[in-house]
Amino acid sequence: MSTATPPASRLRPRDTLRVAFSGLRARPLRAVLSALGIAVGIAAMVAVVGISASSREQVNQQLRELGTNLLTVRPGQEMMGGGDATLPPESIDMVARVGPVTDVSAIGTIQDTAVYRSSAVDANQTNGLSAYAADTDLLATVSGALAAGRWIDAAMAGYPTVVLGATTADRLGVAVTDGSVAIVIGEQPFVVVGILEPVPLAPELDEAALVGWPVASELLGFDGSPTTIYERSPESAVEAVRAVLPATVNPENPEEVTVSKPSDALAAQAAADETLTTLLLALGGVALLVGGIGVANTMVIAVLERRSEIGLRRALGATRAHIRRQFLGESVLLAALGGVGGALLGGAATAVFASSREWPFALPTWILAGAAAATIVIGALAGAYPAGRAARMSPTAALSVV
Amino acid sequence: MSEVVLLRDVHRVYPGQPPVRALAGVGLRIEAGELVGIVGPSGSGKSTLLNVLGTLDRADTGLVRIDGQDVAGRSDRHLSALRAHRIGFVFQQFFLAPGVTALDNVADGLLYTGASLRERRRRAARTLERVGLTDRNHHRPHELSGGQRQRVAVARALVGRPALLLADEPTGALDSTSGAAVIELLHELRGDGTTIVIITHDHHVAADLPRTVHILDGRIESDERTA
Ligand SMILES: Nc1ncnc2c1ncn2[C@@H]1O[C@H](COP(=O)(O)OP(=O)(O)OP(=O)(O)O)[C@@H](O)[C@H]1O
Ligand SMILES: [Mg+2]
Repeated sequence: MSTATPPASRLRPRDTLRVAFSGLRARPLRAVLSALGIAVGIAAMVAVVGISASSREQVNQQLRELGTNLLTVRPGQEMMGGGDATLPPESIDMVARVGPVTDVSAIGTIQDTAVYRSSAVDANQTNGLSAYAADTDLLATVSGALAAGRWIDAAMAGYPTVVLGATTADRLGVAVTDGSVAIVIGEQPFVVVGILEPVPLAPELDEAALVGWPVASELLGFDGSPTTIYERSPESAVEAVRAVLPATVNPENPEEVTVSKPSDALAAQAAADETLTTLLLALGGVALLVGGIGVANTMVIAVLERRSEIGLRRALGATRAHIRRQFLGESVLLAALGGVGGALLGGAATAVFASSREWPFALPTWILAGAAAATIVIGALAGAYPAGRAARMSPTAALSVV
Repeated sequence: MSEVVLLRDVHRVYPGQPPVRALAGVGLRIEAGELVGIVGPSGSGKSTLLNVLGTLDRADTGLVRIDGQDVAGRSDRHLSALRAHRIGFVFQQFFLAPGVTALDNVADGLLYTGASLRERRRRAARTLERVGLTDRNHHRPHELSGGQRQRVAVARALVGRPALLLADEPTGALDSTSGAAVIELLHELRGDGTTIVIITHDHHVAADLPRTVHILDGRIESDERTA
């Protein structure tokens, strides 16, 4: 006269989630506080990765705009004798004759020539600014831009006009380029016709006062020897050109010539941040660990406090596995709450930081996926022990809470 | 008539110094539809017996057959299934979920049967009607009187239409009037064919029950039928 075996206990996945969530909802403040540790860890990691990605994106964007095919040729240190080394005047044309080269331009230091705001300034007071003769196509070759005024074109190159680098304009306190302001270069007045934006690929121009090549020879005793040649070629030919440039500009002593690629310096600067990024990531990891311990602690307390609930659920037909899943789910949800909060916080921090520096916003998806995976793993690890305890609790002991 | 409960020479000893013989050879047979009271002094083994009947606790030795299923040696999953589908519990302390409406508390009685939430709520509403609490569906436990709370707990035990309803001192935390109402309700349920076992300390309650089992020191002292 035995009745048929009853169907197995069953808790729908959706109900498992609901039950796990109801445990958190019963004590919202505690849930938020214990999720906070995880949130801080995740936020730190997301922000660190986001900010460094945004910075790298900014550099990449800049390099895309500026090009990575610019090479700079300098005479280097002269082995013997004093004075600044220079390149022979014909070296500009020699570089231009190298097959793949598309653009060539140069500047030449005007020796012993100081740059002042006016003749009233004490001539012994140096200010770190240099006067250069500049080719008319310099600006285009180095991808420079004007902040104000105009560039020295062929027509103006013979007149005492000057274009100031960004730092120079700042130091001299010049902002007007309408022809009403003149500065003093080597005791001659030069009318300011333009001011440059900072030039990332040629930072030496920021502290320069640039005058036309002919006027430099006529008025300032410039000998026509370039100190820096800027050259562009198609991307594919850059390395080949780089190899032949020293011998091209100085056939006798090619080893004295320094050829550099300014875009590499920019990229290297961005890469230098990476050690700091690693350190901050490690700190975020420590915060995550502490957060995980906080979640485990909360879950241990929850299991102790909710013994009668566990007993009741067992009386209602929950299996040990159902109880384990409930508390494991609660722990994972708690960690996920922190993870989502942290990711939003980290994303917001990245956005604010990037926009304050006028960087593009970049947040790699791998960090978000990593954060999600990390929180699930942390939640599961933190909940494993308390959930196991809850599952092993004997129903009668759980119900006889005094 | 078929039997819902069959115990034969059931022993349950709690280990310790000295060990406590909570059940010392209990034999009991309860037919479907019976309303049985279990009485006895404190510490005599009533709760232990009820836990064994409800498969929350296992006998050390002896035969325990609930709703035709032998309990001995069964897995946790099997016994949980039995509790989910065939056994309902009512406790002295109600054990309602705080902050959860009466309707959802009752619906939780079906949680582990795998029924959908809609279905659980539909059946919970019907069961609340049956215990006379239709107008309290959306009240939370703290908005209910003690007697109403216990009726919600009874509804939760009943919602799965169990073969066996077990109540451990259901009126223990109630004043005599609300206690009487709960007992009245259990009497009514008997008419539906539910088998009910009640532990009680109240002699008036016990006196009104058709069958009373007296327990002393883990043994059945007497088993009286009045009806
Ligand atoms: N978990 C336990 N461990 C050890 N001994 C226990 C345990 N639970 C109950 N006992 C003992 O078993 C005996 C029977 O306990 P039980 O709870 O069944 O009594 P009861 O008849 O329900 O008493 P009351 O009317 O006070 O509720 C008591 O002596 C008690 O001390
Ligand atoms: Mg008892």
